[in-house]
Amino acid sequence: MAAVPGLASNTMPPLDAGARLKQRRARVLRERAIEGVLFLAALVSVFTTIGIVYVLVKESVLFFTHVSLWDFLTDTQWTPLFDDAHFGIMVLLSGTITSSLMALSIAIPLGTIIAIYLSEFAPFSVREVAKPFLELLGGVPTIVYGYFALLFVTPILQWFYPALPGFNILSAGIVMGIMIIPYVSSISEDAMRAVPMALREGSYAMGATRFQTATRVVVPAAFSGIASAYILGISRAVGETMILAVAAGMQPSLTFNPLEPAATITAYIVQVALGDLPHGSIGYQTIFAAGLTLMLFTLLFNVAGHFLRKRYREAY
Amino acid sequence: MAYAKNLEEIRALVASHKRWDLVFACVGVLALMIGVLTFVALFADMAIKGVPRLDWDFFTNFPSRRAGQAGILTAWVGSCLVMLTTAFFAVPLGVAAGLYLEEYAPKNWVTDIIEINVTNLAGVPSIVYGLLALGLFVYQFGFGQSILSAGLTLALLILPVVIVATREAIRSIPQGIREGAYALGATQWQVCKDHIVPYSSAGILTGVIIGMARAIGETAPIITIGALTFIAFLPPSPVKAAPPFVSFEWLTSPFTVMPIQMFNWTSRPEAAFLVNAAAAGFVLVLMTLAMNGLAIYIRYRLRKTIKW
Repeated sequence: MAAVPGLASNTMPPLDAGARLKQRRARVLRERAIEGVLFLAALVSVFTTIGIVYVLVKESVLFFTHVSLWDFLTDTQWTPLFDDAHFGIMVLLSGTITSSLMALSIAIPLGTIIAIYLSEFAPFSVREVAKPFLELLGGVPTIVYGYFALLFVTPILQWFYPALPGFNILSAGIVMGIMIIPYVSSISEDAMRAVPMALREGSYAMGATRFQTATRVVVPAAFSGIASAYILGISRAVGETMILAVAAGMQPSLTFNPLEPAATITAYIVQVALGDLPHGSIGYQTIFAAGLTLMLFTLLFNVAGHFLRKRYREAY
Repeated sequence: MAYAKNLEEIRALVASHKRWDLVFACVGVLALMIGVLTFVALFADMAIKGVPRLDWDFFTNFPSRRAGQAGILTAWVGSCLVMLTTAFFAVPLGVAAGLYLEEYAPKNWVTDIIEINVTNLAGVPSIVYGLLALGLFVYQFGFGQSILSAGLTLALLILPVVIVATREAIRSIPQGIREGAYALGATQWQVCKDHIVPYSSAGILTGVIIGMARAIGETAPIITIGALTFIAFLPPSPVKAAPPFVSFEWLTSPFTVMPIQMFNWTSRPEAAFLVNAAAAGFVLVLMTLAMNGLAIYIRYRLRKTIKW
């Protein structure tokens, strides 16, 4: 290649102007082609989103030709595979909301405390060990957490409260919360570490203690990042599947009591997928309607998070 | 003496504020300990129940109705083949997309849309990918409930992880490297393939390993596309004795994977199967830990050794 200095160009015979022009044109063409290929690879993410929306909406539209939207939103029973079929998404939503609240009531306080501790209090060595460890905690497969909730946490809880059924939202929610801690803590911590040192120094110079600096200066300054961490935690909780499918039972019931078994949207999808439903049946369509509801839910939180971040964004 | 009293008050105030520091430090350690202890309990519980079950037969036996003879042969072979398919699609696509976004993309609305999509896809619940695959890969494209469908699903699932890791690795390469290469007359693609990609390869590798560790433990999307929970045969071998020596029949074969095998055993009432579940879970946790540990180690080495 003429453009690359070195052996190759030295041994090549000199080219006349026409050949060089041709070579250059070929090179420009090749560069263009490569850029096009890379662009297509980047577009895959757009196609994925389009694919998700297309599949969910297409099957849900078929579903809503059988079931009215009003029934879907107001019916208090969810028995899509029975002869007397009812399609009240509220039932599944109640399970999803209860388990998510349970998980978040653990993950958000603990995750925030860990983030503040690691960012503002912990000595360097503790942080170096704790961060990878938390990462490992987040890397454990959720099915393993499900097993742990069903066969380790539930028996312990039953020891305290013998009337607790074998399948319950409580133990699934607790384990789910612990699973989400690393997601909340690592993003919150990154946000707090990004707060400029001068802000802390200013606070210390005014005589504030570490705790005062952390809670009144660093956390407010990093709030938009912390909010993203919370939103991610919420998305994880709402979309979590296997822990709930294993440990919370899969009986749909309209309840907000964490001591009872319940089915969530995700657990229902797994339950239906495990049985072999014929393609195109109403049961097959319900999982897409359920999936669409789940998608809208996560979308809602993401949009809320976007505005929250915008509202509290601090620029340095 | 008013002055002294005042000083004492101030000292008391300072002491009480300092006490809060101590209290919070303790609370922080405690919160961290909850995470650590849970992990230790989970690991120990599985090890105690599962390790006695781990022997050679457990890895070479097909699943069985009798718990004592059941093994994870089909599960780990299935997991390996699905991972192979996932890596084959996710790595080139993810690296190419990351490269485009960092090195080529102009600042316009198309780029904005792609970036927003990558961010949002990272937050989409994994089961939704399962529904996408069920509707699109299994029925629309007719791939069936096969290793190909599962591999593609997981590839889409970990694509954002690979893209983000690639972008971060590329972003840390100083601008001077690019300028030096351009100054010598290299084209954009030559800069990318000879400099940008090789220098960011360790960072990309970290992202790929973390993504694969996530994919190997994913259960929900694979159940959703309809993977069977009881498979008593292996997919056709990818290597053949006769030319052309390689075959891709296994791509369309039904399959099961480790987490599904574990789910199947966990949901059975007999205690003997729960022991199998613990053993399978132990293997699964070890695999993901090893992969994540490797990724953390590579990143640690990277931070130590590379100084631009």
